Amino acid sequence: MSAARIVQAVAQREAIPLSPRVHWVGALDPGLRSFDIILKTANGTSYNAYVVRGSHGVAVVDTVKREFSADFFARLEQVAEYDEIKAIVLNHLEPDHTGALPELMERAPNAQLYISNKAQMMLKALLKRENLAFTTVDTGDRIDLGDRSLRFLHTPYLHWPDTQCAYLAEEQILFSGDVFGCHFCDARLFNDFTGDFRFSFEYYYAHIMRPFRDFVVRALDLIEPLPLGLIAPAHGPILRDRPSDYVKRYRELASPRLKREIHPGEKTLLVFYISSYGNTARMAEAIHSAAQEISGVRASLYDLEGGDTETFADLLEEADAIVLGSPTINGDAVKPIWDLLSSLTVIDMKGKLGAAFGSYGWSGEAVRMIEDRLRGLKLRVPLQGVRVKLIPTPEEILQCHAFGRALGEELMGRREARVIDMSDLLTSQYSA
Amino acid sequence: MAKATITFEDINVTVTVPAGTRVIEISEKVGSGITYGCREGDCGTCMMKVSEGWNNLTEPSVLEDKILRENYAGKHNRLACQAQVLGGSVSVRPA
Ligand SMILES: [Fe+2]
Ligand SMILES: [Fe+2]
Repeated sequence: MSAARIVQAVAQREAIPLSPRVHWVGALDPGLRSFDIILKTANGTSYNAYVVRGSHGVAVVDTVKREFSADFFARLEQVAEYDEIKAIVLNHLEPDHTGALPELMERAPNAQLYISNKAQMMLKALLKRENLAFTTVDTGDRIDLGDRSLRFLHTPYLHWPDTQCAYLAEEQILFSGDVFGCHFCDARLFNDFTGDFRFSFEYYYAHIMRPFRDFVVRALDLIEPLPLGLIAPAHGPILRDRPSDYVKRYRELASPRLKREIHPGEKTLLVFYISSYGNTARMAEAIHSAAQEISGVRASLYDLEGGDTETFADLLEEADAIVLGSPTINGDAVKPIWDLLSSLTVIDMKGKLGAAFGSYGWSGEAVRMIEDRLRGLKLRVPLQGVRVKLIPTPEEILQCHAFGRALGEELMGRREARVIDMSDLLTSQYSA
Repeated sequence: MAKATITFEDINVTVTVPAGTRVIEISEKVGSGITYGCREGDCGTCMMKVSEGWNNLTEPSVLEDKILRENYAGKHNRLACQAQVLGGSVSVRPA
């Protein structure tokens, strides 16, 4: 089909062939500008759904957002009868892909649902129905459609716990769900016809997939060995021209951004601070220099006033420990600190060492607030942060030194074992 | 009240607690990497590995068992928001 013919067919609610046996039955949403509240798109998105026909039955892979059900059913009806549908594969249960599901289940009573193990609770929450029949599948499980078959890959957390991919070996097609997708709406559908969507592809990865980098790597380990003739993602262009390039790009994006600068056995500790009168800065310097004295620690010091928080993301992704210093102004930590903390939501920070400190005028809530946020981001925060009223005294600078040393030792696993009573936690809140 | 101890191996801290304490109540305050999501045994975020004292924890409920299975938990794994310490000593770390 030519690009012009595809545009016409899409407008007339036709199903678009990927091959004689595989059709696109999705929907275009050109008006969308922000997705899931947090994500922007300059020209809308698409909800891609597919139909696979085998000699012994038909499978539907994913559906569309509910408002677009009419498009989906109109296309579907052109390539399959409802009672031929034997399988409904849900690669991801987010509402943009399951909006038409309840209706499809009613129209196709013979269809069995195939979901990942982790999708069970979500499916129940989504359909609000008891006694649901479904089959949970894992890597290697197959649906047999006669001369076609779908094989599942368990690829969780891309970007929900439930996500999975399905591979049609006979045609070398990977139905990848949100993976390799992007919010880019173009009625020409195929990547050799559409406009330039590289920016959208990168943006989608950075916001949706990057927080789950370890899971991306595990998924790529499963995907890379497959012969790939075409990738059929759940959003954006269908990747039939050089599909492996997109897999390669994911591999690059999931690899460490910065060349490793430190030696094996060393660990990095980053101190970020912002200071209005130089007091928090003096604390930062003391903590930094003390941590640096612990062998194996590579400590760095950054004044947030001199940097754009976004540029620190790559650094933070590779760091082993982050220590944040903020004054308390109007009972709160200051904006550059919150900006830095909010940039961490797109990075995997789980299990890294976190800590906070700061000088304050009369109340000093900032340090505890930062610590709470760090815990929320799933860092471990075993040391109670140092707070100093206004100008640090020589003793308080010594306290900062002790804090820096303790952080360094904690990071290197050299802090001695401590035994405390639960009541200590209630008073001090931490184990320091 | 009967006493028990929980050791958080990732930060090398042992806490003495009254019997019946849920692991998550302590792990959060002490700053261990065993962190929480929903606290209701639903999301699996607080999965931990029990290296010692498995039998000193309450038995997993039907719900917890199900969540552990759905998350492909190993046989030494429990949810910190569900497991309570009965007595003796228990050693845990993030899974
Ligand atoms: Fe999604
Ligand atoms: Fe999606």
